[in-house]
Amino acid sequence: MSFNRRDFLKTAAITSAAIASPSVIRQAFAADPIKVGALYSQTGGLSIVEKLLASAVQMAVSEINAAGGVLGRKVEVIVEDGASDPKTFNEKASKLVIQDRVATVFGCHTSASRKAVLPIFERRNAMLFYQTHYEGFECSRNVVYSGAVPNQQLGKYIPWIAKTLGKKKFFIVGSDYVYPREMAKVSKKLIEAAGAQWTGDEYLELGHSEWASMVKKIKDSGADVVLSNVVGDSIIAFYREFKNQGLSQATIPICATVTSEIEIAAMGPEYAAGSYTSFPYFMSIDTPANKKFIEDFRKFTKDPKAVTYHSLEAAYFQVFLWKQAIEKSGQVTADGIRDGIRGQTYDAPGGKVKIDADNLHCWLTPRVGQWQPDGQSKVVDAWPEPIKPLAYSAYGETESDLFCTAKGLETAKLK
Amino acid sequence: MIDTMFIGLSLSSILLLVALGLAITYGAMGVINMAHGEMVMLGAYTAVLSRIWLDANIVMAIPIAFVVTAIVGLVIERVIVRRLYGRLLDTLLATWGIAILIQQAIRLELGLSFFGIHVEGLGPGLQNVPVPAALQGTFHLAGVEINTYRAFIIVVTIALAAVTWLLLQRTSIGMQVRAIIRNPKMAAACGVDVARVNALTFAFGSGLAGIAGVMMSGFKTVFPDMGTPMVVDGFLVVVVGGVGSLLGSVLSAGLLGEINSVVAALKNDTIARAVIFGVVILIIVVKPKGLFSFRGR
Repeated sequence: MSFNRRDFLKTAAITSAAIASPSVIRQAFAADPIKVGALYSQTGGLSIVEKLLASAVQMAVSEINAAGGVLGRKVEVIVEDGASDPKTFNEKASKLVIQDRVATVFGCHTSASRKAVLPIFERRNAMLFYQTHYEGFECSRNVVYSGAVPNQQLGKYIPWIAKTLGKKKFFIVGSDYVYPREMAKVSKKLIEAAGAQWTGDEYLELGHSEWASMVKKIKDSGADVVLSNVVGDSIIAFYREFKNQGLSQATIPICATVTSEIEIAAMGPEYAAGSYTSFPYFMSIDTPANKKFIEDFRKFTKDPKAVTYHSLEAAYFQVFLWKQAIEKSGQVTADGIRDGIRGQTYDAPGGKVKIDADNLHCWLTPRVGQWQPDGQSKVVDAWPEPIKPLAYSAYGETESDLFCTAKGLETAKLK
Repeated sequence: MIDTMFIGLSLSSILLLVALGLAITYGAMGVINMAHGEMVMLGAYTAVLSRIWLDANIVMAIPIAFVVTAIVGLVIERVIVRRLYGRLLDTLLATWGIAILIQQAIRLELGLSFFGIHVEGLGPGLQNVPVPAALQGTFHLAGVEINTYRAFIIVVTIALAAVTWLLLQRTSIGMQVRAIIRNPKMAAACGVDVARVNALTFAFGSGLAGIAGVMMSGFKTVFPDMGTPMVVDGFLVVVVGGVGSLLGSVLSAGLLGEINSVVAALKNDTIARAVIFGVVILIIVVKPKGLFSFRGR
């Protein structure tokens, strides 16, 4: 077959016309997936927890895709490994934002990793969705915080301990880094406001597992309740030592802010039975939505014993809030997502949540769970509705006097 | 005050438990065994696995862990350490490598996780070793409330130290070990089979670490990284006590444990740790060979 120049030109003209026609363009555009990053540690010491968070994000994305995607486009997750190291987090965040040009990254678990990636998101104007409860004291226009801040974990908890449990002498104990120390600051204000007092405020190195001296101090302090901000594997040694020194959860309960289903299973439930934890979400929340969430997650991770907890639930529902934000603003840019997400509400597995219009944190429902001998919690108290997140409550921020607004942080108010 | 002394005694016993195996391997063989912490970890996992698969409680797990870790120790000695005698830095690096291998083997469930097979009791997560009710809580002795599990650890440590002492002082193999501690070349010249004795010593030291692991599993967290901080404490005890001296290790463990407890009671654990390191530096500066040292020239 001969192929002369005229035929070639003709074919070329027809083809280019077809390509240029608007309908074809829109189709090609529609098939183009929205790329998002999932930046969690897949390796290293924190990978146990962070892999699960990545799974929760992926599960939410697969559900969104199954329901038709966002604005008719599929969502594609680029998974990156932070390797439990803030520096690696920083490198991988740069890669996602600069090279892959994603507008959204779901990720980070520790405050250290979040602080390490923050400059990239702010300089390049991209959005980070961060799901873990943290110490507050941050007001970034480029982060959506879907986990709890201190006022949501402590604001109703401490008055409840003082009033319902009738405890008047608190011993505050924590791991030695920023989160427990900021939590202690908020706690002291609330304890005084509740007409109680604190008899001790002590810290142990992160990962420390020798609790003999500390538990003896608690015993000698005359405290009638322990407020624990201890994190990680130290929790297990702490609860075991507590019982082994003859202290009883019935007379001096440990009221914790971090202890979750995972640590309870590892220490053996008999050591924690009777103690309390404050979280917006518990696996034991008895609603059809939560039961379905647990079942779906177990199916998705192929682990019939998988445990769900607060930051896992938040990692999941934040993806739906992100979707709604894009649908509202019609743009897949950081500015579009930020404008769209203000005031968005969603019915999460643990109940209704809402992104605050001022500080991009999440309205959550404070709950108190009491640990049972079977290792599960029983929700013994729940606030009737979600409460406003106040990231600067340790420094005097209140609902009527906001430090962090849509305009940014009012630094003059920070004394 | 008695409480504080008891806590100190308990801390000492835990230090000694970990250091006992090190004192022997480091003392007799001059091998800095960086994988010693991983032997402790293996002992703890033996307790986890023997509960799940053999339904054995923590007391029954002690002999099982001793055998398992002694065999692993023997294999390590035969395959790697044996080829590196007299090369201190090389053994340090090689055993460090072994430590990482063992940790990852537990984390990756001996490689089975690549094939999607999950072995209950292994993997990167936290494991639970239940403690019999009889060893939980407290008992009263002469009007003082005593932590049962810690008392149990103290008893086990004393028993192990006594057994080790008897083995070293009252058996012929113990005499050969002591000869090697003083001067390996002279011992060999006198007809001691140094290679065989070293292999057995290494296996015994690893087995002691395994027992330490079982005891740790009852009140600390069981996870693949658990051994790493323990080996540091173990070396502190051995170095302060004097290389190759059992008595030195016992006394230095007692000293460091009590200092830790007293300072922690007066100030807090963070400062106690700093004071411990200060004391150790001071002792090494004043007595570079440790409190007791029998190593010959």
